[in-house]
Amino acid sequence: MNGESTSTRGAVAPAAGPKGTGRGGRRLPTNPDGMIGIVAKILLLGFVDAIAAFALFQLAINGEWLVFAVSLIVTIGINWIYLRRGGLPAKYLAPGILFLLLFQVFAMVFSTYIAFTNYGDGHNSSKEDAIDSIQLSALERVPDSPQYAATVLDDGGELALLVTDPDGNVSVGTAEEPLEPVESAQLDSTGKAVGLDGYTTLAFGDILARQGEVADLVVPISDNLDDGTLQTQDGSTAYVFKPRLVYDEAADTFTDVSSGKVYTDSGEGTFQAEDGSTLGVGWKINVGFDNFVRAFTDQNLRGPLLSVILWTFAFAGISVAATFALGIFLAIAFNRADLKGKRIYRILMILPYAFPAFLSGLVWSGLMNAEFGFINNAILGGAYIPWLTDPVLSKISVLIVNIWLGYPYMFLVCTGALQSLPEDVEEAARIDGAGAWTIFRVIKLPLLLVSLAPLLISSFAFNFNNFNVIYMLTGGGPRFDDTNLDIGATDILITMVYKVAFGGAGRDYGLASALAIIIFIVVGVISAISFRKTKALEEIN
Amino acid sequence: MKVQNLPGTTRRAFTLTALGASAAIALAACGGGSTESAESEAPAGGETSATLTMWTDAERAPALKDIAAQFKEDQGIEVDLVIKDFAAVRDDFITQAPTGKGPDVLVAPHDWLGTLVQNGVIAPVQLGDKADDFTEASVQAMTYEGQVYGVPYAVENIALIRNTELVGEAHETFDDVVAAGEASGAEFPFLVGLDPKQADPYHTYPLQTSFGAPVFEQAEDGSYDVSQLAMNNDGGKEFAQFLADNGDQGTKVFNSNVTGDIAKEKFLAGEGAYFLTGPWNVPAIEEAGIDFAIDPLPTAGGEAAQPFIGVNGFLVSSYSENELAANEFVVNYLSTEAAQDALFDQGGRPPALISSFEKAASDPVIEAFGEIGTSGVPMPAAPEMQAVWADWGATELNLIKGNESDPAAAWEEMSKNIEAKFNG
Repeated sequence: MNGESTSTRGAVAPAAGPKGTGRGGRRLPTNPDGMIGIVAKILLLGFVDAIAAFALFQLAINGEWLVFAVSLIVTIGINWIYLRRGGLPAKYLAPGILFLLLFQVFAMVFSTYIAFTNYGDGHNSSKEDAIDSIQLSALERVPDSPQYAATVLDDGGELALLVTDPDGNVSVGTAEEPLEPVESAQLDSTGKAVGLDGYTTLAFGDILARQGEVADLVVPISDNLDDGTLQTQDGSTAYVFKPRLVYDEAADTFTDVSSGKVYTDSGEGTFQAEDGSTLGVGWKINVGFDNFVRAFTDQNLRGPLLSVILWTFAFAGISVAATFALGIFLAIAFNRADLKGKRIYRILMILPYAFPAFLSGLVWSGLMNAEFGFINNAILGGAYIPWLTDPVLSKISVLIVNIWLGYPYMFLVCTGALQSLPEDVEEAARIDGAGAWTIFRVIKLPLLLVSLAPLLISSFAFNFNNFNVIYMLTGGGPRFDDTNLDIGATDILITMVYKVAFGGAGRDYGLASALAIIIFIVVGVISAISFRKTKALEEIN
Repeated sequence: MKVQNLPGTTRRAFTLTALGASAAIALAACGGGSTESAESEAPAGGETSATLTMWTDAERAPALKDIAAQFKEDQGIEVDLVIKDFAAVRDDFITQAPTGKGPDVLVAPHDWLGTLVQNGVIAPVQLGDKADDFTEASVQAMTYEGQVYGVPYAVENIALIRNTELVGEAHETFDDVVAAGEASGAEFPFLVGLDPKQADPYHTYPLQTSFGAPVFEQAEDGSYDVSQLAMNNDGGKEFAQFLADNGDQGTKVFNSNVTGDIAKEKFLAGEGAYFLTGPWNVPAIEEAGIDFAIDPLPTAGGEAAQPFIGVNGFLVSSYSENELAANEFVVNYLSTEAAQDALFDQGGRPPALISSFEKAASDPVIEAFGEIGTSGVPMPAAPEMQAVWADWGATELNLIKGNESDPAAAWEEMSKNIEAKFNG
């Protein structure tokens, strides 16, 4: 969702291409990359292979054959790329492509897959698991039944339960044989039966060694199963249980024992009765395009959607424009050769960039408190300005904080770009009689934009999804009056998606993924168009 | 505990064996350097030793570390404590439990139960006769849809803290409290931490219940009927009017700009006569050298002021492969007086076990909070609560800020919105 980390306020993309490709090809054995190079290569490759071998081993043991096959192919591929002679471009590109697949493509494929499921609270795992867990929580202790002291016995490999009721009566039973009273049991000092002739008593350690078996041990109280069964959860105490719901494997239905209500698989990942009531725990199924249909037809989403979209574009656009304007102004101002202490100023300028956005959101939220905040109290002399609770002011506040957070990045990249501009062009312009403003507008800015335009686009894409600032500063508020949803004046698309998918009764990862994909498409299209436009800039060179 | 004939059991058992085998291989590969679990002595006879994984947060870890060490000595079961960020525990547990990578046991507040049960990730536990050893409310809180899902260990609720230098005596009604606060000359007669964006229905709840407007109707066994909102009654509307009367356009007792941090700061500075807060702020108040007393919650509407109580407890994963060991640890060990005493010594939260609480109550602060807690009600744990909190808080905020000309109508509107979300 808000996956973009704060460190990627616009991606820096160093164009590390495979330059000097000509060095590949055959070389004399006496003139390899050098001893150190070979050793490094062997060590690194050995290290990678060791990790891969370990991982493959684990995967094979766990029966994860698909992942095993993929990992094996990748490992062999890596070895082939680096051990063969030549093919230098592949040697450069392999790690990058591998990480691209792992961290970008896989994440995208996975969230696309989730978008077509109903994965979320209440649909958390497989149907098998859901049936397990329904049975588990439907198994209730029979009210007012006695609490038995229990000892686990071994009868030739089969487990038996030796129980003492509160009155001191001792009985024994197994999974097949219902509980039978016994007389000859050995008792301990508290009157609890701890052994029986012909059986081996399991010590606590033995019980632990077979704990799955002990936990699965179900001893009928009598021949009539309706009387309930004895089970133990800790190996020392047993209770009488009766299921509230019974699962019929053949019919794939749950039946409520007391009311007779039958719950069948509704096809929507839940067990549903005829009256529409469902059992709490469901499972994950594929729902096709349901989530996308919901994204476009949900009444809740439709109401405030337009104003949220407009604000999202305004927020992202103004953020980029303002941070760029401020950044370039400061960069030029601090680029003067005759300025003293430039280094210190520059370091101070960059400080907000080193601050986690998450934290500064909270800090600013305190600073902007209408009555007790530093801004109103100390700077504005006790004025009561509702920075965060007025619909218009809260938008301005969000922008101020985002500009504060974002300008150091722009300052940084503009400073770098300015220093790479040829000085002779500026000098020539000055000789021709151009003023400072004209030099900036006609010469510097166009030249800067050639290298900075892609960064501005990625900065726009980042701010389009700038979850942290909004969420930590205003939480999207103040709420709109005309909707019953928790959506407000400063909500951008991504925070609205978060609230809609996670704010109601539980988390709906399926819907969230579908909405995220829609946003991805919007941002992707805008970026693609913008990148195409920037090609025109490059022709200046 | 498992039910018969589970299709999943064999698969899980296999995974466990596989994991065990691979772990063993991993250990062998590492030259057996790091762990001593294979050598641990199991006093009860057998050679085996299970290892439990438990998720906890940094605050509770120190107490649990000692208890885990003692447990290992007594029962030969190692408890591997994994310290996690508290806020991440619930969602991580829900996503990881089905993959088999979740813990066997975790520490959680009771209001997570609804979501955890809905996702089928926790198993019921049987307290049996031990249930009587715990305070009634704490076991009620750990009960969801008729089953007990955890062993409670700490109970928390808010109370009214009074600066005894400013106000000498306790007062019973809200009006008297505010009057006394104002008479004291303190800058803030009555402090309560709200939020400029969301107000805080949790802290104002005792005042709301004093108008006879509980959020849901409670059955006799303490469970809530979440299908029907109960606060949409005349009492609720009176409470809405009360908030508006005491908000920005009225007496200004409630000020949404006073966040929890600001309220604390003002009270610590001696500028507040009363502070409606929980035991978590008491250590700071003691440290600041404020003379204080803990008063019962004042009634505003005439009926008893019932705070929400929050209960922390230990839960067992339904995906645990060590269910016996986990139950032994949670039900039979963490429920003992020694364990609950140790948890109190480290954490300072009032224990849920009656005998431990009585010992802890030698501290008058703990005693006073505990006394007030007996009149409290568990916070509802249903997953729907998330939607309730949001609407509830937004409406209370509007009432306090004086944005609603007709408070009763606003309350009605809020109730309708919440009900619509339940049915949608």
